[in-house]
Amino acid sequence: MTVTEKEARTLTYGAAFNEGLRQVMEEDPDVFFAGEDVGKAGGVFGSFVGLNDAFGDLRAVDTPISEQAIVGLGIGAAVTGLRPVVDLMFMDFILVAMDQIANQAAKLKYMFGGKATLPLTITTSAGAGLSAAAQHSQSLEAILCHIPGLKVVMPSNPHDAKGLLVACIRDNNPTVYVKNKRLLGLKGDVPEDLYEVPIGVANVIRPGSSVTVVTYGRMVQESAKAADELAGEGVDCEIIDLRTVQPLDIDAVTTSARKTGNIVVVHEAVRFGGLGAEIASQVQEQAFDYLDAPVGRVGAPFTPVPFSPSLEAEYVPNADRIAEGIRETLGM
Amino acid sequence: MQLSEDVLLDMHHRMVRIRHFEEAAGRLAEESRLPGFLHLYVGEEAVAAGVCVALNDDDQISSTHRGHGHLVAKGGDFERMMAELMGKATGYCKGKGGSMHICDLDLGMLGANGIVGAGVPIAVGAGFANKYRDDGRVSVVFFGDGASNIGAFHEAANMAAALVLPVVFVCENNEYGEFTPRERTMAITDVVDRAAGYGMPGVIVDGMDVVAVHEAATEAVALARSGQGPSFIEAKTYRFYNHHGVQTLGMKYRSDEELAEWKKRDPIDLFEARLAESGVLTAEDAQAVHERVAGAVEQAIVFAEESPLPKAESLYEDVYSGVTP
Repeated sequence: MTVTEKEARTLTYGAAFNEGLRQVMEEDPDVFFAGEDVGKAGGVFGSFVGLNDAFGDLRAVDTPISEQAIVGLGIGAAVTGLRPVVDLMFMDFILVAMDQIANQAAKLKYMFGGKATLPLTITTSAGAGLSAAAQHSQSLEAILCHIPGLKVVMPSNPHDAKGLLVACIRDNNPTVYVKNKRLLGLKGDVPEDLYEVPIGVANVIRPGSSVTVVTYGRMVQESAKAADELAGEGVDCEIIDLRTVQPLDIDAVTTSARKTGNIVVVHEAVRFGGLGAEIASQVQEQAFDYLDAPVGRVGAPFTPVPFSPSLEAEYVPNADRIAEGIRETLGM
Repeated sequence: MQLSEDVLLDMHHRMVRIRHFEEAAGRLAEESRLPGFLHLYVGEEAVAAGVCVALNDDDQISSTHRGHGHLVAKGGDFERMMAELMGKATGYCKGKGGSMHICDLDLGMLGANGIVGAGVPIAVGAGFANKYRDDGRVSVVFFGDGASNIGAFHEAANMAAALVLPVVFVCENNEYGEFTPRERTMAITDVVDRAAGYGMPGVIVDGMDVVAVHEAATEAVALARSGQGPSFIEAKTYRFYNHHGVQTLGMKYRSDEELAEWKKRDPIDLFEARLAESGVLTAEDAQAVHERVAGAVEQAIVFAEESPLPKAESLYEDVYSGVTP
């Protein structure tokens, strides 16, 4: 591949999502998407631009502002044989639709003795950093991960944004696909063909020997910056991008823990009751003897997401705070 | 509307099947032979039977916590139903759902539901799929007067109308949301008034008159099938037993006189009188139907009681589906 061709295939995270959706819709006539502003308007973040023109109103569906009915539309269509993608504009809005997500979509297969198949994908956008304040900025993945029956993915880069979306749509279970709003403009190499990034498989994006940073979503970028900073101090960080948070690839984490002896979990979500707590617990259950220090956790403080840029900067973990957390775990 | 003898007898048979199944379930619950909650459909048989006889086999319905009647009306199998109520491995849901989640997707019965109103958006989704495939199928959502107060109903009703989906809304107004009378929870008398707010045609029918229900359902289904969108039927009806179980738990939330008044209009008695008068079904023949159905219920009880409990390892099965091959 020449450099020119490679550059031509650099896409943003948002465009990679759009391309994945378009290609899977071209491949499978049972795939449609529905949500608020996703049809004619192309989505509030532009993620669905051009798709209504390409696929028409029946496959690129504008809905009323009705989160429960949007998810219910997806459940009813999925259980009767289609492969719906329903969009809940902001992750905060999943709470409006939580009965349909948690009591219906997640449980139908089990309650029906295995008979139902629910190939339903719920897409949404999480994350702070846009001064969108407390109701448009949350990272609520821990709530979803607690509910048996759901799968949850949180891509960190354009390549995975496309491949995980394709995997979610082709999966026969209810999946929640969580974009990060601050990553939408991030550019990266994206293969032109239709491909999947497998659900439930973590990715070691940086091998290292001193400490393992376990992270996902936007915090992968920040953790990489922290690792660069720490390299100058003689700390060799291994970074695991979980990519999927339910099911959790705990083997990837414990394998790395046995190698480095130190684990720091980093997420944008509130630290209390976050994924870090589950990961720390599983690591100490499975690899306690290999640990040189208690598992460290870096996450947001126990407050709502604030509005003012200065307060929000204080709230969201960044490379400096991640580096500080790693130093703490290493006793530096 | 002139109904054929076949249709009339079919409706009668479905009503009798519901009645006997439910009476037996109530009796078993009284004897502590059924675990869990039990919401009986007795008294409301004309609604499920009248509507389901107007449907094709591949049309879908979604149901409520009071869902046995809907499944029976759609053709549910007594043995698998009774086994499910007993939590047996041979039940419709392998003992994982029970009374409140009983379903048969092969019959287009998309599930009873433990959350009031939650089946409404799901039926609308099935209606969307029908329109998407342009296959002429219709989905019917059964819900109670109580469910018409919950947000999911309003969101889904509006969406069905806005997207012009082939859905029929059937409100079984039995005058009580659990133990609280309708007049304490809404400022309108007729739930159908809400249909107008969504641009949906609506009618009120006597929910104790299976012919009236059937005629309204036939019109609503035709409207949906011909691409003219959703419509709304409010069936005025009454539950003869308690919100759950049979006993009233000493709660005097409705009077004995009120119950007695409604029982005078037992939908099966009314229909049998009419059938006898028109010479379609004599009292003796009706009695024979009852006996045959009662025998089938007894057989189902034996089947269910002799069925094995689910294996412990099945606890962990059916949480997730395998990926598409």
